[in-house]
Amino acid sequence: MAAKYDLRVFPGFRAVTLFCLAILYAPLVIVTIYSFNASPSITNWDGVSLRWYVDVFTGPDSEKFKYAARNSFIIAIIAATVATCIATLAATAILRGGRFRLRTVSFGLVSLPLMVPEIVTAVATLIFFNAIGFDRGLLTILLAHIAFCIPFAYLPISARMQGIEATYEQAAMDLYATRTLAFRRVLLPLMTPGIVSGFLLAFIVSLDDFIITNFVKGAGVETLPTAIFGAVKQGIKPNIMAISTMLLGISVVMVTLSWLVSRRDATK
Amino acid sequence: MNTSTTDAIDIRDAVKRYGDFTALHSVSLSIRDNEFFTLLGPSGCGKTTLLRMIAGFEDVTEGAIFLFGEEIEKLPPHKRPINTVFQNYALFPHMSVLENVGFGLEMLGHPMQEVRKRAGEALEMVQLSQFAARKPAQLSGGQQQRVALARALAPRPKVLLLDEPLSALDLKLRKAMQIELKHIQRDTGITFIFVTHDQEEALTMSDRIAVMSSGELQQLGDAREIYEQPRNTFVADFIGETNLLPVTVDEVQGGRAACHLPGGQTLTCDASAGVARGARVHLSLRPERVIVAAQPGVESLKATVRENIFVGTDITTIVDLAGGEEFRIRTSNSDRGRARIFEPGAGVFLNMEQGAARLLTD
Repeated sequence: MAAKYDLRVFPGFRAVTLFCLAILYAPLVIVTIYSFNASPSITNWDGVSLRWYVDVFTGPDSEKFKYAARNSFIIAIIAATVATCIATLAATAILRGGRFRLRTVSFGLVSLPLMVPEIVTAVATLIFFNAIGFDRGLLTILLAHIAFCIPFAYLPISARMQGIEATYEQAAMDLYATRTLAFRRVLLPLMTPGIVSGFLLAFIVSLDDFIITNFVKGAGVETLPTAIFGAVKQGIKPNIMAISTMLLGISVVMVTLSWLVSRRDATK
Repeated sequence: MNTSTTDAIDIRDAVKRYGDFTALHSVSLSIRDNEFFTLLGPSGCGKTTLLRMIAGFEDVTEGAIFLFGEEIEKLPPHKRPINTVFQNYALFPHMSVLENVGFGLEMLGHPMQEVRKRAGEALEMVQLSQFAARKPAQLSGGQQQRVALARALAPRPKVLLLDEPLSALDLKLRKAMQIELKHIQRDTGITFIFVTHDQEEALTMSDRIAVMSSGELQQLGDAREIYEQPRNTFVADFIGETNLLPVTVDEVQGGRAACHLPGGQTLTCDASAGVARGARVHLSLRPERVIVAAQPGVESLKATVRENIFVGTDITTIVDLAGGEEFRIRTSNSDRGRARIFEPGAGVFLNMEQGAARLLTD
C-alpha cells in the first residue's frame, strides 16, 4: 500500500526517461560498436578488430586525415586560447567594471551568438571576409573560430566570476595590493577553474565545427570535420566510424575535464 | 594643542549620495588615537557606508576625512594605512592561513623572511599558530574570524576597521571574542573602529559610541552617557529598553518641570534643555529604575498590574497606567527580598528614583 501511494513516484516516468536516453545515444553507440567491426561492410558484424583504427593511421586515406587532424588541432588550440583570453577580459570588464550603462546589454550581447543559427553566422562570416578582401585559407578559419568560440568560453568564465564575491578583491586592496596585483594574486587564481573550463569548451567547439569552417575554408584546406564529410560523400567506410569514435572520445574527455574543473570550487 | 592632528580619524561634514538617495547627511566626528570606537545603529543607518568611506571602498560625495591630520579621502584603499576585518571575513580561499596573514606585509614589499616571521607573530596573537598551513575552509567560523583579525593586524595599521565581525558567531563565542578584541585593542594600542547593530555589544566593548540612524549621527558619548542621558527618543529607545510616554509640560521652575500624562496623572522631573511650558515631549523611564510598591513615594504613577514574566535574572512586570499606556518594570531577581511582586489586577504605585525620568524633546 505504502509504495502505491508514494507521492514521490510518478509512474511511467522511468520508461520515458529510458526512451529519451535510447534515442539520444543509439546512433553514437552503434557507430562506436561498428568502428570495431572486422568486416569492410558497415552493416554486417564480423567480429571485433582494430583494423579500421590501423587503417586511419596507415591506410590510403591516412595522409589526408593526418593533414586535416593537424589543421584541426592547431586551429582549436589557437582559437581556444585567444577566445579564452578575450572572454576573460570581457568578463572582468563586464562583471568587475562597476556600474555602467551598457552592462546588462553587454552581458546579453556576448552570449547572444550562441542562439544565432550557425548557418547565418557562417554566411555572414563568409560575406565579411569577401567584403574586406581576405583570401580564404587557414587564417580565415582561425579568425572565424576565435569569433564563435568567445561566447562558449565566456559562459563558464562569467558564471565562475559571478560566484566570486567582490570582497575578496576589496580585501586584497585593503591589504595594500594595487588593482593589478589584486587581480593577479586573488581574482585570477579564483577564476582559474572557470577559465580552464571555458578553454576546454572552446577547444571542443572549434574542433567539432563543420558549418562555419566549410564556408570560410579555402580550396584544398581541410579540417577533420570537413575531411570526414568529404570522405562520407564518396561512401561511408568503416574507417570514418573509427575517426568519429576517436573524436567522440576526445570530446567526452574534454567535457568531463571541463565539468570536473568547474566543479572544484576554491571558494568553499 | 590642535586636536585635529592628534585624532586618529577626523571626519568633517562627510556626505554620501547614491544618485537621489542620501546615505549619509553631513556627518562630522573625531575618533581619538588608541580608542575603541563603535558606530552603532540599525541596518541602513549609514554606519557601514561610513566605515567603507574610511577604508576607501566608497568615495566621499562631499566633505573630508583625515587620518592623523593627513587628508585621505581621495587615496585608493591600498594607499591608506588602514585595514579591515570584513563581515564575511573574505579570507583568500586559495592561500594558506599563513599566506593570508602575510598578504598585507608582502604587498607592502617586506622581504619574505620578515613576512613569514611577522605573520607568524600575528597568528600567535590569536592563538592559531598550529593552523598556519591549513586552508581557510578547513577552519571553523570562529577560527576564520581570528585569522581575518590577524591578517588585518599583521601590517600594523594605524586604524583597524571591523565591520560587524562577530555577527556570524554563536552567542558564547561572540561574548568571548568581545573580551578578546578588547584586550587585543588595549595591547596593540591600535585605534579600533567597530561597526555593529548590537547595542549590548557596543556598550560592552567601546570607549565611545556614535549612535547613528537614517544617515545621521544621533549621539556621541561613552556607554554610560548614551545609556543614562540619551539625547533623543531614538537613542533612548535603541539603547537598552525604555518606557516612552508622551507628556505635556505644565510648568518649568528651578530646573524642574511639572508635566501631565494623557490620562491626567502628574509628575515632576528634571527639565532638560529646550523644555518649555506647553511643550509636548516624551518622558523616558528605564524599566530597572522604577520600583513597584503598595505605597506612593516622592514621585509616583498609579498603575494596575497586568502580568509578571520571569526572564532568568530578572522579572518583567507589565502594568497599565491610568491612561491605558503600557509600562514595563524590571526587577532583578536578587532584589526579591526587597521588592514585592504583585498579582495581576493589583493596584500599585510606580515609584521612581530621583533623576530616573528624562524628558526628551525629539
